[in-house]
Amino acid sequence: MKSLFEHGPSLRTRLLLALIVAGTLMFLDHRLQTMQPVRSFLSTATAPVQYLAVLPEQIMDRLVYLATTRSALREDNQRLHEELLATQMAVQRLNFLENENARLRKLLGSEVRQASRRMAAEVVAVATDPFSHQVVINKGYANGVYEGQPVLDNRGIVGQVMSVARTTARVLLISDQSHAISLRAERSDIRVIAQGTGDLNRLELSFIPHSTELAVGDVLVSSGLGGVFPEGYPVAQISAIDRDERTQYAQVDVTPFAQLDRVRTLLLLWPADAAESPVYDEEVTDVD
Amino acid sequence: MWIKSGLFALLLSYVLALVLMVMPLPTVLEPWRPDWVSLVLLYWLLAVPHRVGFGTVLVLGLLTDILMGSTFGVYAVALVLIAYPVLRHFQRIRHYSFMQQALVIGILIFVKRIIVYELEHVLNDAVFNLPYLYPVLSSAVLWPWLFLVMRRFRRRYAIR
Repeated sequence: MKSLFEHGPSLRTRLLLALIVAGTLMFLDHRLQTMQPVRSFLSTATAPVQYLAVLPEQIMDRLVYLATTRSALREDNQRLHEELLATQMAVQRLNFLENENARLRKLLGSEVRQASRRMAAEVVAVATDPFSHQVVINKGYANGVYEGQPVLDNRGIVGQVMSVARTTARVLLISDQSHAISLRAERSDIRVIAQGTGDLNRLELSFIPHSTELAVGDVLVSSGLGGVFPEGYPVAQISAIDRDERTQYAQVDVTPFAQLDRVRTLLLLWPADAAESPVYDEEVTDVD
Repeated sequence: MWIKSGLFALLLSYVLALVLMVMPLPTVLEPWRPDWVSLVLLYWLLAVPHRVGFGTVLVLGLLTDILMGSTFGVYAVALVLIAYPVLRHFQRIRHYSFMQQALVIGILIFVKRIIVYELEHVLNDAVFNLPYLYPVLSSAVLWPWLFLVMRRFRRRYAIR
């Protein structure tokens, strides 16, 4: 039972102690960046919380799946078959072009591009801190995920892996304020840098002169410079250009192709020159 | 003897709060998500201040940092700072009516969010947006109900 009189250090001393501990950790993490192993360990330890958090959703999905009728499934199946057929035809053409490209590159004496390896990952949690745009995926270093790895969805580049735990990894989205990505305009080959703004549907191009050739609607693909993102993946489309002469540079807004606000399934990419290689789980015949 | 009564129930409530904090919500509700960890923590600070102190606050703050992916210590500092007035005045706050309590909780969570924002602003150049403060309102509105549920929980599992 609690006694009427306090003993031990006073409340203020304890407050001070707690603040000193937290402040030291903050300093170690932010200024000296020495906490990465600790972070990785603690992320592994807290991974069950993240898996627990998506459990209700998964159960719901399962129930919805169990409740779907036979005819709905058949319709779905039909539609998917058609889609598969269309995609296969597109891939056929792509394979042909890829081979031709490799041949031509050989003729020119330049390096043939290697195929990259990939793995699908599910988003298990969205960091609810509105100041940074991150998602947590269900693959970690046990699967060969590494820091700085490019992450895509079916439309374009989503972001890069910023920290890895055993079975989870944290992905920094391209819309985060601290993220910038080097791009190339598909039409005019102008190289630009797209900086995240903290808004999921808008990136900004920095240092664009007023006389730029860029136009609204231009598609920007990754340039492959900087070594993180492989070349040639679609990233964003220019949505607005404000050539206000009073400012030093033109203000160019772009909209990312990837739907950053509703990412569910992502694609991890291992470029051909990556030191790590993917470790696939045993093939599970997953129905949903 | 080492395990005090209701320790597991206490830990369970923390885990539940953390799970609710990272649980995916529909986009419409997302900005209104109550500040679960702060609410649960504040309840325990008010109800059993001799058991739940700065140590617990610090550990929960650091776990929040890990789950949120923020710099280590940001949430810990904010939670420790709002825990202080509660630990200092818990006897007074306990005797407030629900409305007054909800108001106090709202103010505390407002202060916590401002501290987190300021730290993030200094460390990572965060930009302020108003929806970040919506949870202040939803948390304050939720408080009386959470208080009743938590009181039942506390009595049921004899956490004292």
